[in-house]
Amino acid sequence: MAKFDFAIAIGGAAGQGIATPGNILARICARRGLQFFSYNSYQSIIRGGHIFLTTRISTEPVTSHGDKIDLLFCLNQDTMDRHLQHVAPGGTAIFNSDTIKPGDASDGLQLCPMPVKELSNNNRNKLVQNTVALAGVLHLLGLEFKLLEEILTLQFKRKGQAVVDENVDVARAAYEYSVENFVPFSTPLPQKDKPLAQVGGNEALAMGGAAAGVNFYCAYPMSPSTGVLHWMAENANDMGIMVRQVEDEIGVINMVIGAAHAGCRAMCATSGGGFALMTEAVGSAGMMEIPMVAINVQRAGPSTGVPTKTEQGDLWQMLGASQGDFPKIIVAVTSILDCFNTIPELFNLVDKFQCPGLVITDLSVSEGYATVDPDDINWEQPIDRGELITEANDTGEKYLRYKFTESGISPRAIPGTPEHLHVVATDEHDEDGGLISDEFTNPHIRRAMVEKRQRKMEAVVSLIDPPELEGPENAEVTLIGWGTTKGVIEEAASLLTQEGIPTNQLAIKWIVPLHVEEITQALSKAKRTIIVENNFTGQFARYLRGETGFDADGHIRKYDGEPFMPHHIVDGVKEQVAGKTDLYVPYQEIVV
Amino acid sequence: MASDKPIKAAPTAKDFKGDVAPDWCPGCGDFGVLRALELACAKLGREPHEFVTVSGIGCSSNLPGYINTYGMHTLHGRALAVATGVKLANHDLTVIATGGDGDGYGIGGNHFVHTMRRNVDLLYIVMNNQIYGLTTGQVSPTSRIGMKTKSTPFGSVEGPVNPLAMAIVTGASYVARGFSGDTKHLAELMYRGMEHKGFALIDVFSPCITYNKDNTFAFFKQTVTKLEETGHDPTDWKAAIEHSMAWGDEIPTGLFYHDTSRPTLDEAEPVLGEGGPLAHRNLGVTKEQGAAIIRKMM
Ligand SMILES: Cc1ncc(C[n+]2csc(CCOP(=O)(O)OP(=O)(O)O)c2C)c(N)n1
Ligand code: SF4
Ligand SMILES: [Mg+2]
Repeated sequence: MAKFDFAIAIGGAAGQGIATPGNILARICARRGLQFFSYNSYQSIIRGGHIFLTTRISTEPVTSHGDKIDLLFCLNQDTMDRHLQHVAPGGTAIFNSDTIKPGDASDGLQLCPMPVKELSNNNRNKLVQNTVALAGVLHLLGLEFKLLEEILTLQFKRKGQAVVDENVDVARAAYEYSVENFVPFSTPLPQKDKPLAQVGGNEALAMGGAAAGVNFYCAYPMSPSTGVLHWMAENANDMGIMVRQVEDEIGVINMVIGAAHAGCRAMCATSGGGFALMTEAVGSAGMMEIPMVAINVQRAGPSTGVPTKTEQGDLWQMLGASQGDFPKIIVAVTSILDCFNTIPELFNLVDKFQCPGLVITDLSVSEGYATVDPDDINWEQPIDRGELITEANDTGEKYLRYKFTESGISPRAIPGTPEHLHVVATDEHDEDGGLISDEFTNPHIRRAMVEKRQRKMEAVVSLIDPPELEGPENAEVTLIGWGTTKGVIEEAASLLTQEGIPTNQLAIKWIVPLHVEEITQALSKAKRTIIVENNFTGQFARYLRGETGFDADGHIRKYDGEPFMPHHIVDGVKEQVAGKTDLYVPYQEIVV
Repeated sequence: MASDKPIKAAPTAKDFKGDVAPDWCPGCGDFGVLRALELACAKLGREPHEFVTVSGIGCSSNLPGYINTYGMHTLHGRALAVATGVKLANHDLTVIATGGDGDGYGIGGNHFVHTMRRNVDLLYIVMNNQIYGLTTGQVSPTSRIGMKTKSTPFGSVEGPVNPLAMAIVTGASYVARGFSGDTKHLAELMYRGMEHKGFALIDVFSPCITYNKDNTFAFFKQTVTKLEETGHDPTDWKAAIEHSMAWGDEIPTGLFYHDTSRPTLDEAEPVLGEGGPLAHRNLGVTKEQGAAIIRKMM
């Protein structure tokens, strides 16, 4: 089968019901075994504004929302005016001709006006235009009407047969109208054998938590992380997860720390502003040596910033989270499936090393949706709680919570366990938890305690996978990214390679600890290195330089709130190869 | 520091005595509070390892280090949030939160309000000395108007909070005031607060003898009265509010308000319905649970 690569974009105002046709189309694709990635560009508004949902469908894995639009589904004039220009040659725009005036279509572009009033017998429901257009889209994609009939029946069943019939009749009329008037795409939507699941990034983080055994989850709602809370709340009772919406993010993380100390696997998620409120407590988990996980789903900052737009601007906030020196693990997840897989791995690490674990991701993945092969979702993740004491054991020795050990790890007893009474303290303490900060500040104990905590980190790096160069070995260009940009960089690298500039990628996932040796080694042979990141100041470039001494030849940075599209990176590389610049900032064509 | 002691018979107050001698100023009100808590814990009849004492930061918040229970000495103002996490993770434990007026009513004010409305089953003891002791004597949220402190050298112009009235209207189901100078009375209030299912606040006059020259032991000895002696009915919400507003020549102590009708958060939370404490349950997702989730996504 030749590679099928097709993008549908649906645009309208908030409240116009974009989600429904979007979901229906996504579900059709997933059930046909087609892969997709969808990105919803929107604003912080409940009614009005402009929403633009791009779903890119393929027979092969899809790692970004791509560069082009093949089918534009307009729910309002604004969508027509803004986006007709973005439709690729050979593409189509479908719209309600009662309310939307078509724009100037370039040659080879098919306009499909749908007379909604006429086709729906003057139905006044504003959402009827979605059904009409959807029927047309199904025809254009070469799908049978029966499919839509089934979906509409399912969707309206609860409202009674009359409503079902009404909707099916409208859809049938619209489908037939499209058959009579418009030319379908030359390649119909392919069919593969294995149905796929559609998973959102936030859902994957939550599901990863469930698989890791998280049984305590707290949050204070904050875009673009709220989806994690919604999933957790929805599934709390079935899965036995305590889910709480707390008064603020300070309360969130402290509650998580209390639950984690008492023996739960506890997690929380927020965005940069909420994470700022959490930072003092991150240090307290470090000091008390309580394992827990906090997720920062970045939005464009600073301050309230752009709540519904993406950025990788919180790296230094995460690196510097909380005063003082103490060990913590920071991981930047790279895809939706990686969200799921990383959380259990991180919990095993934080339980073993008794420290906070921080996950950094952003809207581009958290609010994206992608297809995942259900067989790739392994629910039975290994759970390793490290040196945890939950029962009395008569060793005869006095229990020391912060016992000095070679590894730095001191066995951790949970409250309620007989014979292990102790106090954990955010003040510096001795092996038994007694404060050394008050009466006698003993510099030798202080030093030994600092070293004990830091010593734990030495072993972490050997337990996590180092980054590897992906793509052609003797590449002209090596792109370096971190976290969520992995997919789009991968696509850009393969486009560049096809166009005669062999390009590979070093995608970095584990931020702290960083695989300094492996990274230095991998980059030592690179001919031209370019760091790609979604921020202004090159936060990762500076971190990488600080940790490894490595300075890249060039940079591609974007900070307009929208994620990279592959051609943004391709163009940036070409400019740099041509010697025009060493800092390329792509122009965002699609304005939402 | 706390330590393990072999406990043969029913625990006594001595079993709750920690190994570390408190480093409070000699004469500090917090000694009486510690003593009362040892007595109350013993009276409850549970073993030391079944208690967790959680505090914030302040002189008063050093208490977990001096009592022989599990302890958490957390961040300034965060004791209630942490204690809620502990209680929900293991609702078999008796959880006590302690701290100061600054810790609980100032920096921790948000948690104070919300922990009460959730009726989390905790005993919260606030050693209210109307001053920031540990930071050497600044104004606190309970300092009276006109009080001269290091940060209000010309007298505070801000009115104080009324923690008892706040607690009664916010949803605390056991609201009391004690005086560190009357250990027996205070211990009884604490014991009943732990017996009570739900959020129990005990605001304790615990004088800072070093930095508060207004609210001294002598001042309280002269002014405090006992509600028990007035025939007050603690289930009478209106009367409770009225008494909570009293301040002046006579300041009532004792049990202001007691409501046994509301479920606690752990009782109301379906996830805790059966299966015992979360902290001891099996972790993870079964294949069947996972498959059910995936089905919804197909
Ligand atoms: C975030 C933070 N801010 C400030 C402090 C400094 N600090 C420690 S204790 C305290 C006030 C203590 O007053 P209170 O809670 O009334 O306790 P007391 O010492 O009077 O018992 C302050 C401001 C801190 N530890 N943490
Ligand atoms: S400063 Fe005040 S509150 Fe602190 S220990 Fe001394 S007397 Fe007690
Ligand atoms: Mg105080």
